[in-house]
Amino acid sequence: MSAVKFQAEVVENVQVAPDICRMAVRWPSSEGLPAPRAGQFFMLRAWGFDETPMLSRPISVHDYDPCGGTLSFLYQVKGEGTQKLRAVQQGQTLSLTGPCGNGFDVPAIVRAAGGRNGAIAVVGGGIGTAPLLLLCRELVAAGCKPELYCGFRDEPYGLEEFLPCCAAVSVATDSGAVGYHGLVTEILHPEQFAMVLTCGPMVMMRGVAQLCAGANVPCLASLERKMACGLGACLGCTCHTKVGAKTVCKDGPVFDAQEVFV
Amino acid sequence: MAVSSTARLPQGIAADLHVDLFGKRLAGPVIAASGTFGFGPEYRDIEDLTVLGGISGKGLTLNGQPGNPGERLLETPSGLMNSIGLQNPGVQHFIDHELPAMKACGTTVWANLGGHTIEENVEGVRMLCAAGIDVLELNISCPNVKQGGLAFGIRAKDAAEVVSAVRQVCTVPLVVKLSPQAESIPEMCRAVEAAGADGISLCNTFQACAIDLERRRPVFDNTFAGLSGPAIRPIALRMVWQAVGAVNIPVIGLGGIATGRDALEFIMAGASAVQVGTANFQDPASCVRITAEIAHWMDAHHVKSLEEIRGCARG
Repeated sequence: MSAVKFQAEVVENVQVAPDICRMAVRWPSSEGLPAPRAGQFFMLRAWGFDETPMLSRPISVHDYDPCGGTLSFLYQVKGEGTQKLRAVQQGQTLSLTGPCGNGFDVPAIVRAAGGRNGAIAVVGGGIGTAPLLLLCRELVAAGCKPELYCGFRDEPYGLEEFLPCCAAVSVATDSGAVGYHGLVTEILHPEQFAMVLTCGPMVMMRGVAQLCAGANVPCLASLERKMACGLGACLGCTCHTKVGAKTVCKDGPVFDAQEVFV
Repeated sequence: MAVSSTARLPQGIAADLHVDLFGKRLAGPVIAASGTFGFGPEYRDIEDLTVLGGISGKGLTLNGQPGNPGERLLETPSGLMNSIGLQNPGVQHFIDHELPAMKACGTTVWANLGGHTIEENVEGVRMLCAAGIDVLELNISCPNVKQGGLAFGIRAKDAAEVVSAVRQVCTVPLVVKLSPQAESIPEMCRAVEAAGADGISLCNTFQACAIDLERRRPVFDNTFAGLSGPAIRPIALRMVWQAVGAVNIPVIGLGGIATGRDALEFIMAGASAVQVGTANFQDPASCVRITAEIAHWMDAHHVKSLEEIRGCARG
């Protein structure tokens, strides 16, 4: 099923760290909407179609709870669009278009990992950890509890949510505030894993991809790009890969890291 | 499978929204503009595509091309700059893989084609007509490719040459999409009409520029990019007005249309139909919303058909 557009009520919009907010909306239960999977995103708009900024903002799904009927987003406030998202009050409605993109194919990932030694590493950097929570939950549900590695500039955020669905959590910080003082790529040993899944700054994901290539371990990376449509229609977010030009919004955002980085 | 959130026309509209164009009966006056709507299926659960007058697909070239490197999008006040560079899979790939789903959208199929040479355009048109499209929109106006594209869209003589050649092999209605960079809009329109075009659509994006202060370089690798959106609408409307005054073939107006009122301005200037582009990014259900807004205005003003108001502003 392709993306749909709908309105949803905001049930929470709170700051969880400096410039990092978590917003939850009530998932409309009656409309037969396609459920999102980890790695997919929605185009969010908390302002009129005729108001600035022109474009809606692509924000990845942080968590989806079909029982509780909530969909949540963890986002970094950077520019006009995310500032307007932060200003939304509980009870207001938000326009969403999605779910967009391919997302992580968790059954296929678990199958592929099972054919090796089975262990999966999930590697996040900063706000790139946002889509990894639902990913870890889906991996656990598929019978494969992952190990989480994450890097932050300074104080980490959102980690408590990960603890129940990860076999281990390792943290690296640039400042040394928590965990290893340095880069997350310095504490990751891909040869210990059957598969590595990553989302974070391009420089971090490139490092992860290179480590994985050296260890001959499959790696999937979730990319971020400026987008206009989010649907594969405008080709504004094209990524030139080893296997040709791909849209990050529709062909991605999850790609074989070796096709993008190596 | 459509869902309950799919945007549809409300019940109880009295106005007749259909448009007779090139011997075809279009369901409505709003056509999705090339480059903003993929080939259509991406929007099938978002809005009821049978309400549309047509879908103009992503611009094609005979052999396809990878598009431009570097930044491709930049928001501006009331506008959007793009430098996609005609990225497309090529005519044969389109016919084999995208056209079947486009035909299944329930509206008219407009294939948008550009080319680097006259020969490329002629071959592409031949293939597309044989594959069963409804309308051929010849794009001589893309500002984002270094050769071809806009090369035919500046001087009337160059445009006439490519339109004449394409006309020989084009078996479906031929619409020529013009650039605002044309030396003279009226002269260009007359040349294209004389060369055998069945209709004109205008205008494509305006060539524009932005500088990245931190890098101290142009934002876009090609230096210039195309500006679209409400920022250009009054200029596009002036050009549509001039085009309608210059020719006797139908003129399809586009450029920053985001509301029903915007669309009605173009129709009152004499446009037979309109295209909606950048607004699809502001609201992916824009084509149906704009159609509904046109209908509401018509009903409120007791206007029964678009015929009653088309060109009325010209006195």
